Amino acid sequence: MGRSQAVLVDITKCVGCESCVVACRLYNDLKPGPRAGGEAKPDGPAELAPDRWTVVQSFRVEKDGSRVRRFVKRQCFHCLDPACASACFAKALQKTPEGPVVYNEKLCVGCRYCMIACPFEVLRYEWDKPFPRVLKCQMCLARIANDQMPACVSACPTGALTFGDRDKIIAEARQRQYSRPDLYVSQIYGLTEAGGTSWLYLSDVPFERLGFPTGVPERPLPEYTWAVLRWTPHLFVGWGALLAVMYLYNRRRAVAHSEEEMYAPVDAEE
Amino acid sequence: MEVGNWSFRITLPRVVLIGLVLVAALTALYRFIFGLGAVTNLSDQWPWGLWIGFDLLCGIALAGGGFSTALIVHVLHRDKYLPVARAALLTSLIGYLVALVSLFLDIGRWYNFWRPFFFWGYHSVLFEVFWCISLYTLVQILEFGEVFFERVRAPVLKGLLQKLMPLLLILGIVLPTLHQSSLGSLYVIAVNKLHPLWWSMLLPFFFVWSAFFLGPAMVTLEGTLAARAYRREPETPLFRSLTRVTLGMMLVYLAVKLIDLGYRGAFPRLFEGSFESHMYLVEMVGFVILPIIMYAVPAISRKTWGVLAASCLVVGGVVFNRLNVVFTGMAKAAGQPYFPSVWEFLITLGMWSALILVYCFLVENFPILPKEKHSSPGEGDKCPERG
Ligand code: SF4
Ligand code: SF4
Repeated sequence: MGRSQAVLVDITKCVGCESCVVACRLYNDLKPGPRAGGEAKPDGPAELAPDRWTVVQSFRVEKDGSRVRRFVKRQCFHCLDPACASACFAKALQKTPEGPVVYNEKLCVGCRYCMIACPFEVLRYEWDKPFPRVLKCQMCLARIANDQMPACVSACPTGALTFGDRDKIIAEARQRQYSRPDLYVSQIYGLTEAGGTSWLYLSDVPFERLGFPTGVPERPLPEYTWAVLRWTPHLFVGWGALLAVMYLYNRRRAVAHSEEEMYAPVDAEE
Repeated sequence: MEVGNWSFRITLPRVVLIGLVLVAALTALYRFIFGLGAVTNLSDQWPWGLWIGFDLLCGIALAGGGFSTALIVHVLHRDKYLPVARAALLTSLIGYLVALVSLFLDIGRWYNFWRPFFFWGYHSVLFEVFWCISLYTLVQILEFGEVFFERVRAPVLKGLLQKLMPLLLILGIVLPTLHQSSLGSLYVIAVNKLHPLWWSMLLPFFFVWSAFFLGPAMVTLEGTLAARAYRREPETPLFRSLTRVTLGMMLVYLAVKLIDLGYRGAFPRLFEGSFESHMYLVEMVGFVILPIIMYAVPAISRKTWGVLAASCLVVGGVVFNRLNVVFTGMAKAAGQPYFPSVWEFLITLGMWSALILVYCFLVENFPILPKEKHSSPGEGDKCPERG
């Protein structure tokens, strides 16, 4: 088992410079293409797209009686037990031991069930391509495997992004909350959401006001599916056996009948 | 039109249907060249639309007539239902083919469609759906082989298939039981997205149970339509006695739905006054409670129109339920409504037109519907009338 790496995003430190966005674009060689899917939204927060794996969204929120502006970097959360990977029936999305959840376009069928499954709605589809891919942040797996930090983290000039071992990252977040209880809200987003994620967020305004999905269960989502799916073999064997018994039992009462004489093509003449 | 000993009568409605199929085929071609975005209103917020929500989910549910009839006729040996057995099997088979075609249109990287056969993502519900639907379609084709080789005389092959038949029949009930339920399980993972009136760990049960009780209603509906179209006597007494199956199962469905709502504490949501709650009430009152009453009141259920009307409600109700799960229940999470594009509708229309045409061709050329008693004197009254 490898180390599970994580990133801490401290929203209070982000100034919205978008260095991370540029770094992501350069490292992953993402060229802005025509906007795919839905309508382009000129106003309002920037949205993820097949060629934008991370965006910085801006929110104006009420805090202590005055209006403040907060910036939220968004990307895939890299869940510890990802719903997208459990939903994929072609193993195109997989959790790596290093932490990132990565996508392999060679295996993908393009069914988009992963998009239904992801509780954070971060997956994007290339709607205008004949052979579309499902794209999202890969957490720079090659860099992490090389003991480097993700491109976005290395580019952040304000220290809003911190990379490291997930346990250490959580300790760091708790430490910050402990030293500034007046500043931070008590929740660490990503600690328990969907069973825990590899991207954790600290904030000084409640997360629901910053557009974070609420109502994400604490139980890992694949467990819900599994609670149902594990019945499949039992159902198959049990129901099959029951049917076989009923079939054999009832066959004794059956009268022989010639189906050949019973049915006939209908006459189409009207 | 006659080619060899095959015949297909060309009438005006059929020409229209053929036209619709051609339009759909052209649209499909366009979609394969320019991508899904060019023809559909799908988006990252609405990854699944009309083709998955209606053609696949409803199509497969409507094809439920195949497996419930197979169970009633061939396993429980209620032989009096034999006259409708082949027709139910056939419509089910065509329904699955439509569903498979719509799935193929909908998947983006279709040349990869075979992958799940080799890369076992068995922790995915879709994996189960995929395997069961493909296997069941195969089973249905083999089951139909019996009918096929009766017409295209090949007694050896027919005999072979007949030997296999018990196995096929049982697989042909087990597989659809599994995947009808897993179509519901697909949405189990949408815990924080699907509205709590519909999201439940019992979704798989609701889906398979409703697909089952839909069967007799569907058989009634298509039987009546076929009788109309071919000016035959509908099997009304059979349809009427089938309603008891439907009635019993619907009562269980209603009870479990209510218990489930209570258990999850979702009762208050019924009256929250939202769009979702209205749709849910319509679904339950109009399409579950109303047909239950109609089936239960003898003055209605003894009349042909009564049975037919109640069956229409049941069929419509299952469609309404599936659409509610796929669209109504997901709308809030998506943050914006979805409405299919003209092209999406045209493809759907084309596929269901193809279904009708294939049905007509098959019943006109293969022994599927029972012989009319008066049409061929002397041998037509072999239908067992026990009960
Ligand atoms: S956030 Fe969504 S896409 Fe990212 S790992 Fe979790 S489930 Fe998958
Ligand atoms: S779209 Fe691709 S990655 Fe997503 S579930 Fe389907 S096959 Fe897997």
